[in-house]
Amino acid sequence: MTATFDVAEGGAPLAAAPLTRSSNDEGGERLSRGSGLGLGIAVIWLSLLVLIPLAAVVAKGFGGGWSGFWTAITRTQALDALWLTVWTSLLVAAVNAVMGTLIAWVLVRDKFRGSRLIDIVIDIPFALPTIVAGVVLLSVYGTNSPVAINLLGTQRGIAFAMLFVTLPFVVRSVQPVLAALDLESEQAAACLGAGPLVIFRRIVLPLLLPAIASGAALAFARAMGEYGTVLLIGGGLDRTKVASMYAFQLHQAFDDQGAAAVATVLLVISLVVILSLDLIQRRMARRG
Amino acid sequence: MADSVATSITPGTRSRMIQRALVIAYVAVLVLVPLVVVTWKTFEDGMSAFWTALSSDQSVTAIKLTAEVSVAAVILNTIFGVGMAILLTRYRFPGRRLLGALADLPISVSPIVVGLALLLVYGPNYFFGKQLAGVGISLMFNVPAMIMATAFVSLPLILREIVPVLDEEGIDQEQAARVLGANVWQRFRRIILPTIRPALMYGIVLGLARSIGEFGAVAVVSGNFSGANATQTMPLAIAERFNQGVGGYYPLAFLLIVVTVLAIVLTSIRRKKKVDAQ
Amino acid sequence: MKTVLRPRRVAAALALASAAVLGVSACTSSGGGSGNSISIVAFSVPKPAYDALSTAFQKTSAGKGVKFSASYGPSGTQAGLVASGQKADYVGFSLEPDMAKLVPTYVDPNWNSGSSKGTVSQSVVVICVRAGNPKHVTGWSDLIKPGVKIVTPDPATSGSAKWNLLAAYSHVLADGGTTAQAEQYVGAFFKNVVSKPDSGADAMATFTSGTGDVLVSYENEAIYARQTGKKIDYVVPDESILIQNPGAITKNASKPSADFLKFVESDPGQKIFASVGFRPVNPNLSPGTVQGANDPSNPFPKVKKLTTIDQLGGWDTVNSKFFDPDKGIITKIENSSS
Repeated sequence: MTATFDVAEGGAPLAAAPLTRSSNDEGGERLSRGSGLGLGIAVIWLSLLVLIPLAAVVAKGFGGGWSGFWTAITRTQALDALWLTVWTSLLVAAVNAVMGTLIAWVLVRDKFRGSRLIDIVIDIPFALPTIVAGVVLLSVYGTNSPVAINLLGTQRGIAFAMLFVTLPFVVRSVQPVLAALDLESEQAAACLGAGPLVIFRRIVLPLLLPAIASGAALAFARAMGEYGTVLLIGGGLDRTKVASMYAFQLHQAFDDQGAAAVATVLLVISLVVILSLDLIQRRMARRG
Repeated sequence: MADSVATSITPGTRSRMIQRALVIAYVAVLVLVPLVVVTWKTFEDGMSAFWTALSSDQSVTAIKLTAEVSVAAVILNTIFGVGMAILLTRYRFPGRRLLGALADLPISVSPIVVGLALLLVYGPNYFFGKQLAGVGISLMFNVPAMIMATAFVSLPLILREIVPVLDEEGIDQEQAARVLGANVWQRFRRIILPTIRPALMYGIVLGLARSIGEFGAVAVVSGNFSGANATQTMPLAIAERFNQGVGGYYPLAFLLIVVTVLAIVLTSIRRKKKVDAQ
Repeated sequence: MKTVLRPRRVAAALALASAAVLGVSACTSSGGGSGNSISIVAFSVPKPAYDALSTAFQKTSAGKGVKFSASYGPSGTQAGLVASGQKADYVGFSLEPDMAKLVPTYVDPNWNSGSSKGTVSQSVVVICVRAGNPKHVTGWSDLIKPGVKIVTPDPATSGSAKWNLLAAYSHVLADGGTTAQAEQYVGAFFKNVVSKPDSGADAMATFTSGTGDVLVSYENEAIYARQTGKKIDYVVPDESILIQNPGAITKNASKPSADFLKFVESDPGQKIFASVGFRPVNPNLSPGTVQGANDPSNPFPKVKKLTTIDQLGGWDTVNSKFFDPDKGIITKIENSSS
């Protein structure tokens, strides 16, 4: 049986089920002329809007050959920006893995008054315009903070802003899996004398791991590319300049080759993450 | 679920309280407190200041333009999303899986990269841009580029909603209909469309919310003109007002927050109905 | 047969619909000179001035019914955008080399042959500090003290940045120092720089948001910030540089644009510039009271030792000598301190 995270869950935009299922290789019609044309148009549209432009970025990044590309990404500023982006995104993904699971757990297993509100609020960071999030976070956690917490110009502030925008990813990925879990194994283990912590660690967690991993991977990808939210809290300092900000700066200074080189690195990292995620999910699906 | 068994597999009351407290604190610090503070700051100067800021020329143009760009992007993505979903779930062709993965790509691309990517192809100094400029069409810095950038970033959203639904439902009915002689168009109108309608609505709302908020990609491709023939959306207007040090960006930000929250609430109602039904 | 044609027609119709959505909006180009509108592309700092100038111009007979659209950003970037094909009628930049990028393709070579040599606004470089001047900054030498955090824009994109760095460099010469000492100063200056935002306005926003101890900026930026309630003070140092901002209309500018330029250069136009803190180009024009200045009744005090670009050799020489990406004196100092 396919793992439960493949179950159609209406309204979970961040559940990271792959768009194509292996089961469809057996079913499905062959293409007729009409649908063939439709496919052609869809591919052309996708190419014109997404694929060709992304390819152009890579091409431009290598516009000066391998040496041009290498120079662009090994400049101190580039390395600093890329390293900052990677480690903060990893940290944020890890925090999300833990907190997201905890939040999903509480929302599914422990419905208290107010949990409905939290359930709704969780999605807001995903849909909120990034510049609004940036302004909002700065007004609360900046220099004139009404709660006396100043994160302006700190790397903590960058990580905090990333935590904000990635809040829903792991939660929404884990929730449907958790909700669809069959409680029999847990009940059996309880009957046999296992405490709740052991039950969680040995029975529930392994079933949740694919969902946690996919949610964390999405959170990582989103954090890597985030721009608007981290822009203001960064305070314009070099040490809080993430890769997207650095690429934009290069673009403003008409160094499109440099910007494209940094962008290429970001793309490659995202691709690697998404591909490994896909592989992990397929392997889990086969095993389950 | 027998109560005694239930209590033995759920953690004790104290750890439950701790978990709840952790979750509430985390969400409060991240989301609730900022929202409250922004609401307060928006209305700090009173309601009339709020309305004045929203009805200024720059705000009105920005609001109109944002609506125009978002609706256009969502229309494009709906057409593409529905078509692609049908192709991915009802047909069999080489490269099907690859196409699905590629269509999902935009979700993990940084908005700055999106803007740069479009610029490098459709900008006046680059390949397509030059050809188009030859026939007098200028995409870059103008509204079409902004629509493309917005469509890019929200491309997979509608698709992702519809595919799981089509994967699970409707196959038998379509096969029956085909056997009975219905053609593709009839099958689409009578079976597929009703099947995907709820998911489609959800996807459209989400796509709209995402589109009105797009900032980074649009910042790169837009000429950021305010006034007549504007190319400044609400997020860009907020950024400009912030940079210029003039106030009045909180009301615009608040408006966007309200729309976003409304969209989330609407879709979460639908999600609750679905989960309860399962 | 019919069933095969149907889906094909539908698919084709959908494709056309998508193309139409894009095409319709493509045909309405924005920022273009169309009859009765003027599109301004300018550097970030004079937005308050051009907003007021547009409104005032619309009240004149020449400007009746004229629609304005405007885009602001870092001077170098904005000039580059116009050079890449962004349509504009009136262009205003921070320094002459940015205007020169557009000559002769977009701007006529005799744009600066008039009496004011193409300069539409002036200012001087000042040092902005926190309200009350907690670090007791009185001049340039205080900026290189250890622990002073400087905010100044990025010379790669911003015109303001170049003016600032030239002022930092030339103040040493104005005090009788050698070029070696001037370069030393600039090196120490860069060591204290903590933030290099995109543009002049960006830098002010960064500073007022809480970054840094001092901001080097235009005098008019400081005055306007105080007019809008920002809690900052500013110091006009003993030595500074005269900032001269060029303005011109493009070759295919719309009809009212030439009148707008005349208006900008006229006394009423210059008064509007003065009201937001710029120094009028005409030295005989009295600016009146300017709120936000250190002394509103004497808003533009004489700078004791004011260097001009001409004294440094003119922008052509200065731009390559100091800011050439590979060999510029200041570029090299900047790269070695990062």
